[in-house]
Amino acid sequence: MSDMLNSALPGAGFAGFVTVNEAGLRGMITLRGDLSSPVLAGVLKDAMGLDMPAQRRVTQAGTAFAAWMSPDELLLMLPYDQAGAMAQKLAGALAGEFATVANVSDARAVFTLQGAAVFDALAKICPVDFSDFAEGDIRRTRAAQVAAALWVSGADQVTLVCFRSVAQYMFDLLCAAAAPGSEPALYA
Amino acid sequence: MLTLTCPCCGVTAEETEFSPGGEAHLKRFGPGSSDQEYEAYMFNRKNPRGVHFERWRHAYGCGKWFLAARCTMTLEVFGTYAAQTLEPPAEIVAKIKDRHPGWEGYS
Amino acid sequence: MSHRLPHGGRLIDRAQPQNFTFNGKSLTGFRGDTVAAGLLANDQMLLGRSFKYHRPRGVVAAGAEEPNAMLGLGQGNRYEPNQCATTTEMFDGLQAQSQNHWPSLEFDLLSVNSLMPQFLTAGFYYKTFMRPRAFWKHVYEPIIRRSAGLGKAPDKDARDPDRYEQVYAFCDILVLGGGIAGLQAALSAAQTGAKVTLWEQTAHWGGRAPVDGMQINGQPAQDWIDATVAALQAMENVQLRTRCMGAGVHDHGYVLGYERIADHMPGTDAPRHRLWRMRARQIITATGAIERPLSFAGNDVPGVMLASGLRDYIVNYAVAPGQRIVVVTNNDDAYRSAIVAVEAGLDVPAIIDPRPVVDGDLPARARALGITVLEGRAIRKVKGGKRVTSVEICRQDSSGGVVERSIDCDAVAMSGGWSPVVHLWSHCGGKLLWDDAGSFFRPDPARPPLGADGAGFVRACGAANGHLQDVLADAHGCAQACAQATQAPGQPDAPAQMETPAEAPMQAVWMMPAQASYDLRMKMWLDYQNDVKVSDVQLAAREGYQSVEHTKRYTTLGMATDQGKLSNINGLAILSDALGQPIPATGTTTFRPPYTPISIGAIAGEARGPIFQPLRRSPVHDWHSANGADWEPVGQWRRPFAYLRAGETRHDAVNREVKNTRENVGLLDASTLGKILVRGPDAGRFLDMMYTNMMSTLKPGKCRYGLMCNENGFLMDDGVVARLDEDSFLVHTTSGGADHIHGWMEDWLQCEWWDWQVHTVNLTEQFAQFAVVGPKARTLLERLGGMDVSRDTLPFMEWCEGTLGGFDARVFRISFSGELSFEIAVPAGQGRAFWDRLMAEGADLGIMPYGTETLHILRAEKGFIMIGDETDGTVIPQDLGLNWAISKKKADFLGKRGMEREAMVNPDRWKLVGVETLDGSVLPHAALAVTGGKNANGQAQTEGRVTSTYYSANLGRGIAMALVRNGPDRMGEVLNFAGDAGKDIKARIIDPVLIDKDGAKQNV
Repeated sequence: MSDMLNSALPGAGFAGFVTVNEAGLRGMITLRGDLSSPVLAGVLKDAMGLDMPAQRRVTQAGTAFAAWMSPDELLLMLPYDQAGAMAQKLAGALAGEFATVANVSDARAVFTLQGAAVFDALAKICPVDFSDFAEGDIRRTRAAQVAAALWVSGADQVTLVCFRSVAQYMFDLLCAAAAPGSEPALYA
Repeated sequence: MLTLTCPCCGVTAEETEFSPGGEAHLKRFGPGSSDQEYEAYMFNRKNPRGVHFERWRHAYGCGKWFLAARCTMTLEVFGTYAAQTLEPPAEIVAKIKDRHPGWEGYS
Repeated sequence: MSHRLPHGGRLIDRAQPQNFTFNGKSLTGFRGDTVAAGLLANDQMLLGRSFKYHRPRGVVAAGAEEPNAMLGLGQGNRYEPNQCATTTEMFDGLQAQSQNHWPSLEFDLLSVNSLMPQFLTAGFYYKTFMRPRAFWKHVYEPIIRRSAGLGKAPDKDARDPDRYEQVYAFCDILVLGGGIAGLQAALSAAQTGAKVTLWEQTAHWGGRAPVDGMQINGQPAQDWIDATVAALQAMENVQLRTRCMGAGVHDHGYVLGYERIADHMPGTDAPRHRLWRMRARQIITATGAIERPLSFAGNDVPGVMLASGLRDYIVNYAVAPGQRIVVVTNNDDAYRSAIVAVEAGLDVPAIIDPRPVVDGDLPARARALGITVLEGRAIRKVKGGKRVTSVEICRQDSSGGVVERSIDCDAVAMSGGWSPVVHLWSHCGGKLLWDDAGSFFRPDPARPPLGADGAGFVRACGAANGHLQDVLADAHGCAQACAQATQAPGQPDAPAQMETPAEAPMQAVWMMPAQASYDLRMKMWLDYQNDVKVSDVQLAAREGYQSVEHTKRYTTLGMATDQGKLSNINGLAILSDALGQPIPATGTTTFRPPYTPISIGAIAGEARGPIFQPLRRSPVHDWHSANGADWEPVGQWRRPFAYLRAGETRHDAVNREVKNTRENVGLLDASTLGKILVRGPDAGRFLDMMYTNMMSTLKPGKCRYGLMCNENGFLMDDGVVARLDEDSFLVHTTSGGADHIHGWMEDWLQCEWWDWQVHTVNLTEQFAQFAVVGPKARTLLERLGGMDVSRDTLPFMEWCEGTLGGFDARVFRISFSGELSFEIAVPAGQGRAFWDRLMAEGADLGIMPYGTETLHILRAEKGFIMIGDETDGTVIPQDLGLNWAISKKKADFLGKRGMEREAMVNPDRWKLVGVETLDGSVLPHAALAVTGGKNANGQAQTEGRVTSTYYSANLGRGIAMALVRNGPDRMGEVLNFAGDAGKDIKARIIDPVLIDKDGAKQNV
């Protein structure tokens, strides 16, 4: 199956004052429903071991993550090959609830940005004040002319998610933002 | 360029993250309505010089619609609130009256 | 002559000579020079010509207010006109050219304009080019075009090789201007714990204070400046930037900053310019003040400059603009220039001061140096052509009829007082007060620009606030107020102490001499670049101009590249005097950003070349690219219009694809189609509102075509809905409409029917979707294996899912071509492999990919409508004969009420029909059917228009659809369509369905 599968921009990478790498295939599930419902929280815990994230936060359990996307939407991330079965499992467990589960593992491109000046690169394309960003924070915003979600996924590391069709635009944009010699020395 | 606070996700962001949706609190008139009612719903807008209520969507953020009370002259934002309301909440009205004692109130 | 002094120059490094050229001549300056300083050091005073009269122009100032020293800089790809020599730093290899002269700077034929200045007075353009009317096109416009514009545009093939970028930033308190006021404000603000950013437009901190010999805390100002900068640099809550100009203050604390990172070191890998998009909670403008010229005859002769500018050149760059300098001033400050000049070993034969008695500290120091002060006197006239040679002196209180004496000199330093730089305060609505003592406008603290919370968010301090004394205390107080407004926790230390010599009051002098005769007034320049003189403003007032904004445009006062930085107040004063009213009654023109011009590159930022705009790519984009795709933009998507083989034209390729799809099998990348999951207990009810037809009755496993209208009843989108299960529908939209329709659905769910239980998820990019179309389509799918796609198992307008050749597939039996057709969705990650597999398995079946043009032709042959072709936002479904898709059972759906309006039920509406030309030719796009008559406006009467028109290779002739008045009732009638060059094209009204009217082919 692996030769039949491609992420949006396989192997794309760039080493600027921040390194930019396409992160490859990642399982993603959209879960819409009442995030304050104990049923939903219970299913999330039972099926994936994940705590319900607070507003604009990401929770983690092993290789699985739950990201708060809007007041009634989560983005669940897990290894790609587990997403289909997990989506079915969640849908089954939520039968009877007003909740919607959709496997969206192929709809997006994911980039990993690494470096002490990661916010300096992002500040060139996102109208966001990064000064108070902490690990586990997520922010949906605009990266130049397209929508993006930014998640502080580790020390000096941001995971950026955008739609698959604009992966090349996003990669080129990130490379320009991280070009050596253009460090704005704003956060770093 | 304005800044607005999205009451749905709590983010304060610049205008480019949002898309505007025109006047708030319009009542929809569908089949069975008179020409006057339909005209009011579709075309007649207050377009005030001063206190105004409008629809915004956090298009590049959480995707949710919300409403904003704003002065079209000074660009002061009195507050933003949930789209699922039929008229401005009392605390927003009170804040506007505090800033604009002569304001005739929401109607 | 202007020359380099043997000693001094606080900003230059004599150890680093810099070679540069001016008009091809090799010259040498020093590191730290501005271009203007470097030119003056080489006795290059004449730098250009004025706009209207082509008068010789020299350097007037040393900063951003310079109107004259505009040069073309660089060569080839890096050439840029209208660069300001006083704000551009010197670098080794710089190439500069003067502008606006013909044939040469020294000898300009167009300077004859200045021999007849009456001809080019205020309103010249309006008065002269009115008549005769016929002259405009062939005489006036060509002449104006030849002489218009300042500088030469870059070569059309030149491409800017530099990088530009923008950065979004945020702070509590933004201080604009890094003079001593800005430094003190930043320090006090930072000491409270607030997050502070300080921008300085030049490359140096401290502003004028070191030039003016100020003492701070008992030390030379420079010592305090160095210590303060060091202290600020050590603070974590402070950002400092030089070469960064506050360009504009906008709503809600939005400030644009223009950072010139690499102008002085071209060719490095740094971006050339960076545009800061700052959001500040509070803004302090510490932008200083600009000296005003004095209006005396000949004040535009090269060698006449601002007293402060002359002082800057001597102190900062060790450049003497002249050897024998006359100073003329209405205030004490300019005495500093005389003192500095004498201390530098230059000759100052006299200081001319219109004040009757001059007895301040600074005049006393000047007199002690042996300088003659002529009280109550004025310059009557400056003599000289391309350079000052002498000045004539008269009494200020006179008409200038009597020349008291004449003084030989090669430079004149003038000062008419100072005007605070109120631009940034004013950009976003801050109001001004008239200050009588200083004769200037200053910020009115009671009427600041208002922010999102309704409170003021800009404060001015120091000279920008009209405080020419107590600058540091003012800055400190301003910082405290800002810190309070941002709830900063700490308290600042006490501000530094500044000792300034007492200055006697200035005297407002708007004209020299006070009752100057007309022949003197028509030689008094207000706007040096645009050639506006005192007499022009007075003429405008006599002609009835009262509004300052109108006068500005009529006379072009303040419309040059410096935007009136020097001319504004002097012009206002002249206008007010002519109108017989006080200056505040006249008011100012509007201050608009940017403060000085900023580059287009900075405004564009990163958006150029491949990232000019996002291009959306389907999962098969690269295959299309490698296989001859001729791209067509569809929204932000790129879709293949056709796939060109070697030697083929577009037309050939389209015809081949059209025939092959009907005869063998074609493959279309339809991944761009919108796919929206609509799910929940109320999903059926919701879709019944969205669509004109009934969707809630659709059975799981089935597909239905539907129409969406807006509330006007106008057709907005169409597509096939598949019911996935009891609660779930998959809605297909047009490619361009996916995001809009998803947003439209969310709008209704969030804002109108928020109690309905419906979720939407936009799955557009989750799937790659391909249409396998043609008589051999089923054979191809059967070869892949894994799913039963027979007619019985998967009939027309049904769908099923499973694996097809090992791929996870959902197969829809739908057709937009009238052929046997399957649309197959696979996860996007499998898209490319699936496409490759289809191409390989179908090779011997004659499979060919086809593009959007073939898609269009195939649907047009079947009479299917296309959103955007048959619709234009004013077309209702009934116009297109789609009444069958409008439910009569539903009480309500979006657009139902709109369709009931009188105009929508008018039987005379234009309706869709097919049309065929009598000669088989292809009708032009959007051709209008004309009746021969004229309407009330003299335009041709029309009765229809072409909406789609193609050449059909299957039928061997042109085919078209059109909206025609009462069209369906006029079958067989021949219409006249207007063609090129007034030729009508005859075409007959026919049924739009041209192929397989019974639908037998798609049903096999």
